[in-house]
Amino acid sequence: MATLNINGRDVTVDVPTDMPILWVLRDVVGLTGTKFGCGMALCGACTVHLDGQPIRSCVTPVAAATGKKITTIEAIGDTPAGKKVQRAWLDLEVVQCGYCQSGQIMSASALLAKNAHPSDADIDGAMSGNICRCGTYPRIRAAIKQAAKGA
Amino acid sequence: MNTVSRRDFVVVLTSAGGGLLLGCRMGERSGTATAAAAAAPPPAFAPNAFIRVGTDGRVTLIMNQVEMGQGTYTSMPMLLAEELEVGLDQVQLEHAPPDDKLYANPLFGDQETGGSSSVRAFYEPLRRAGATARSMLVAAAAQTWDVDPASCRAKRGVVTHGPTGRTLTYGALAEKAAKLPVPDKVPLKDPKDFTLIGTPAKRLDTPDKVNGKAQFGIDVRLPGMKIATVAASPVLGGKVAGLDEAKAMAIPGVRQVVNLGDVVAVAADHMWAAKQGLAALAIRWDDGPNASASTADVVQGLDAASQQPGVVARKEGDAAAALAGAAQKIDAVYQVPFLAHATLEPMNCTVHVRKDSCEVWTGSQTLSRAQATAARVTGLPLEKVVVHNHFLGGGFGRRLEYDWVTQAVRIGQQVEGPVKVVWTREEDMQHEFYRPYYYDRVAAGLDARGKPVAWTHRIVGPAILARYLPPAFRNGIDPDGVDAAVQLLYDIPAIQVEFVRHEEPVLNTTFWRGVGPTHNVFVIESFIDELAAAAKADPVAYRRTLLSKAPRARAVLDLAANAAGWGRPLPAGRGRGVALLFSGWGSYLAEVAEVEVSKAGELRVHRIVVAVDCGTVINPDTVKAQIEGGVNFGISGALWGEITLKNGRVEQSNFNNYRVLRMNEAPPIEVHLVRSLEAPGGIGEPGTSITGPALANAVFAATGKRIRRLPLVSALKA
Repeated sequence: MATLNINGRDVTVDVPTDMPILWVLRDVVGLTGTKFGCGMALCGACTVHLDGQPIRSCVTPVAAATGKKITTIEAIGDTPAGKKVQRAWLDLEVVQCGYCQSGQIMSASALLAKNAHPSDADIDGAMSGNICRCGTYPRIRAAIKQAAKGA
Repeated sequence: MNTVSRRDFVVVLTSAGGGLLLGCRMGERSGTATAAAAAAPPPAFAPNAFIRVGTDGRVTLIMNQVEMGQGTYTSMPMLLAEELEVGLDQVQLEHAPPDDKLYANPLFGDQETGGSSSVRAFYEPLRRAGATARSMLVAAAAQTWDVDPASCRAKRGVVTHGPTGRTLTYGALAEKAAKLPVPDKVPLKDPKDFTLIGTPAKRLDTPDKVNGKAQFGIDVRLPGMKIATVAASPVLGGKVAGLDEAKAMAIPGVRQVVNLGDVVAVAADHMWAAKQGLAALAIRWDDGPNASASTADVVQGLDAASQQPGVVARKEGDAAAALAGAAQKIDAVYQVPFLAHATLEPMNCTVHVRKDSCEVWTGSQTLSRAQATAARVTGLPLEKVVVHNHFLGGGFGRRLEYDWVTQAVRIGQQVEGPVKVVWTREEDMQHEFYRPYYYDRVAAGLDARGKPVAWTHRIVGPAILARYLPPAFRNGIDPDGVDAAVQLLYDIPAIQVEFVRHEEPVLNTTFWRGVGPTHNVFVIESFIDELAAAAKADPVAYRRTLLSKAPRARAVLDLAANAAGWGRPLPAGRGRGVALLFSGWGSYLAEVAEVEVSKAGELRVHRIVVAVDCGTVINPDTVKAQIEGGVNFGISGALWGEITLKNGRVEQSNFNNYRVLRMNEAPPIEVHLVRSLEAPGGIGEPGTSITGPALANAVFAATGKRIRRLPLVSALKA
């Protein structure tokens, strides 16, 4: 048994403590917005926030999250940065297939929450762990800048 | 003004809710069919799309073309809504069920989303469906008021009688309209009157894709559902030799081990248990007949096949004689490797197999094939198999196959209740249907001034269509395999294009974004660059002189060259490369790539400029997005993409050894659209196909190295 704080709510789950948070979210709790892409922290599709920090939930065990706050794509719109990012994503039509975008939005929201006006290098640093096979990178970059303008 | 003839008729049915249910039928194939489609049989007046207007006024558009990022869930509604006279904010979308009779893509003859075909195939049929529905709703209103229909206008789901200002909503008219005869001729709008087509309308699928609500196949959750992960034989044709079931069953959460001989599944309460259970099995494999297969064997087989002439796919003049008499002769061998699609959503499929029925949940580019395979495996009649479609987390051609559906149903037959089968990334990358390895021999003869007088192109590779769409494979030619090669636009008096079918059954192969042109345009546009260099001519100027009969191609070439500042000096180590594309998609593209190659052979793409003439544009923002995405997909493939075989096994396994483009490597991409009223061309794939050669030519400009075998980075470091 483990108790996790997910999107502001305490949830008790009967899972082994070495189980990656990704599978707890998706298969146990039923929050499927967080995506599985690689299982090795290579693609960023599974990005969630742990106390505001972006982490790859596919390699982060339950044990590392107890006592911390997990925020997922389902609740990121409740944060000021997340809301701006979602707005910019829609304004600039970033999304194509959409599968990676939960992770992209989580990485971008974390970036903007601590850096209101990121440079191109900052964006590269924060976003290069998130693969988009549809190739929406130019629009992701533009949308982060637009979201920053609205800061 | 366009009119619809009675032959291209519309069927009207009364829906269960008493509203108007309308589907359009196709009488003929589109004039912009690809070579592949031209060879496919036309559908027998099969309806292919639906509009449903409820008595409550609800307008539902049923999407027969699936959404995998390319924007069909916006472009298809735009076609319908333009003529139906409803706003995009007034419609709701439904995924269509599998049904070739209702939803066949007229370019292929079955329900298929691929080949950059959706707008080409449905530009007219969906407008007709919309126009016919609108005309009947207007007629119903006119009847109600006893006035001339010509005095009524429809807009935003409301019919207004001009002289009196009376109004009736579509909902109020639906029942009456459903009882009216189908009009003989329905005028379609003149394109100059379009209010929606041609505008950058907002996508309808994206709001739920920024908040986690969008449901992809992998997101399916059903009561009592188990989650399974699988290991298929790492070598194609291999079998299970042994496994330790007890060890897997000892993992908490593991419920069942399913051993099907060629594939093993572990079903569990969650993916984590399933993965651990699968690892605990320590499966031993009998690798079978392909146990020693390697990439070198494949290349050797292709090379041997390339020594023989192929089936002639295009012949102009006498290329052999012209070649023999040329002042200068140049020949080359070009090769492109196996590639994985690596859709970010790994293959997955949820099934519930019962005694008398089967349900399937997945994201597929070919729903009817998914349904058919489930029926075959279970022995159930087609109508007992229900397939629920979902958003696709990338398709790129991978989800035109249905192997993972077949596998999931086989597993589902052994499991009580619903089971979701999810492949790991490693399983996905090593059990793909790959882009084939192609091996091409090209030769050209130049006259004394460097102008080409002969061109021969022998393409060696598998005939994907012979397996996938047999009617399209005719006289030994795979129309996809030669696409773009047979449409060569350059003004050369003697041209011979040949196709040599050579299957290498050590890996499954299929379509990959850009299909035939992704391979052929690389060969053609690299080789024409070689000819320009041999003629000591500028690559853009050289192409221009050969395009006297192709004004649209010349226009995009000029547009891209000008926008890119072609000819302006660049810093040392940088180079610009150009490429041109025309194929069965009917779109013309030109691209200029600017790259930098370091001394260590690292390649950086600095800028991409693309000029596009894809005829009539439905949504310019979608066109731009598809070009941007297509270019980036092409960069990944051209720079790093390569699947290799050793001991029958695919050597790559995840994104650490199958490198794809990331944010820090993604260049600025400029897209310039040509305004055109020509028929719409395909747009999802050409950006990918044109990027490889533009990059290879830029590498040549930067380094003087002509790379004839992709990927570029490993060739540069070799």
